[in-house]
Amino acid sequence: MAELVLSDAEKTYIIQGIKDNFRIDGRDCGSFRYMEVETNLISNEAGSARLRLANTDVLVGVKAEIGRPSLDRPDEGRIEFFLDCSANASPVFEGRGGEALAMTIVTSLETAYSFSQCLDLKSLCLVTGEKCWVLYADILLLECGGNLFDAVSIAVKAALHDTRIPKVTVGAGEQGVIELEIPDDPSDCLQLNTENVPCLVTVNKVGHSHIVDASMQEETCCLASLVFGVRRDGVLTALKKFGSTSLDPASVHEMMEMAKHVGQAVHKSLSSALEEEEKKRSEIMSVDGLREQLFEGFLR
Amino acid sequence: MAGLQLLSDEGFRTDGRRPNELRRLRCKIGVFTQADGSAYFEMGNTKVLAAVYGPHEVRGSRSKAMHDRVLINCQYSMAVFGGVERKKRPRGDRKSVEMTEHLQQAFESTIFLNLYPRSQIDVFVEVLQSDGSNYCACLNAAMLALVDAGIAVRDIVCASSAGLVESQTIIDMNHVEETQGKTQLIVSLLPKTKKIAVLSLNGRLHDDYWEELMESATKGCMDIFNFMEKNVQEYLASLSTSQSYADD
Repeated sequence: MAELVLSDAEKTYIIQGIKDNFRIDGRDCGSFRYMEVETNLISNEAGSARLRLANTDVLVGVKAEIGRPSLDRPDEGRIEFFLDCSANASPVFEGRGGEALAMTIVTSLETAYSFSQCLDLKSLCLVTGEKCWVLYADILLLECGGNLFDAVSIAVKAALHDTRIPKVTVGAGEQGVIELEIPDDPSDCLQLNTENVPCLVTVNKVGHSHIVDASMQEETCCLASLVFGVRRDGVLTALKKFGSTSLDPASVHEMMEMAKHVGQAVHKSLSSALEEEEKKRSEIMSVDGLREQLFEGFLR
Repeated sequence: MAGLQLLSDEGFRTDGRRPNELRRLRCKIGVFTQADGSAYFEMGNTKVLAAVYGPHEVRGSRSKAMHDRVLINCQYSMAVFGGVERKKRPRGDRKSVEMTEHLQQAFESTIFLNLYPRSQIDVFVEVLQSDGSNYCACLNAAMLALVDAGIAVRDIVCASSAGLVESQTIIDMNHVEETQGKTQLIVSLLPKTKKIAVLSLNGRLHDDYWEELMESATKGCMDIFNFMEKNVQEYLASLSTSQSYADD
């Protein structure tokens, strides 16, 4: 994904700095860059969110549609991910250029979410074996600034938090045909429980040290990276290794501890950001004249 | 929605506008730092993001490079959540390819092609939300992105759509009006000389209404041009003030 070409001197500079716990933008090895979250941007989606992690810009829309549950899990709803790497992010993504990267990220997300206690899929079932809610999480990558896995997963969590699904009552119509009734009030919705939704945390190995939230320059210097799916309570739901360099088990253990620690911090800061936005939104909604300021999105 | 009345008895359209009223226009130039030029444009509920990369060396096959002019490479892409129904493929379908060609045509008429021989300019457009007049919003956004990238252009091309409903011309059609199968004219102008860069008509039109329709579309383009020009000047003014601080 990186079209970035760094000279050996630049790489050495970065690696030496990280050895002393001092990265090129002044952070230490375990901190994230500045993160901005906005939800409810897209009006025709059940839930949406936009995340800016320094340079990385991700837009997620979640649509809830009624469909058939999968055959091996007839009493659960489904969630499907789709990632589109927009050419805006990099000319390399033109046409089908971004498909390989998109596949990788989507597979990691699916693995992280496949743990049964992450998202309460049973609550999405309407009629066992026949009808269930299918959540389509469509992710659009607008700008690449490094650390795509994390940014995408945090944006997905924010969008799921914002998702409102209408309360549907199942009734038996005539001749055994199942009828679904939707309430008249559009605000009569269920909010998804995103307590246990995981976030992906990428830990990169640079030299002998480990860093999180690598910028694009740092990613070119990293030997190997591990992507962890971490829940709010520190439970790991997925683990995947990227990169061609081998890792020894002691490193893996260290990276795991780092990921747990950082993951919990990320969940906490995301929750507080979402709460703050919720509060600001309810303040603004109560004052008629300020309603314009709500959706700034890209206009800021 | 057959039989939906596009024009009420009092002369209001489905979204409450008068026939010759444009939707609310909002834009921001310079949205992304990574692209050479970028812009965000809103026409009512149609929201478009454009990014420009270039001029740079021709990527891919060297044979495409032209010795005396620049190669303009456009891509029109619609977000999966952009339309009313969830779309499976963001780009590559017939409509996207057609839009891409029209965009290319418009830019070839305004960019000074001979100033960038053997080079390539990429223009990527992403429709985030679609509510009619997609092509127009895309063109306007991409034009602002070109200005942000500093590419030499003759004029700020702008596009507007116009239609005919019960012998009344309407400007800037939204999704509901577009899908009713009425006549729709899309015009892209070079405002200073009022020359036409792109012209496209859907549906049937009687010769008597041609002048009126063309005039409406032109007026729409000029109004959009005034808005865009004002924003470009404001943006350039803000750039120059920030640079003067840096000199101190």
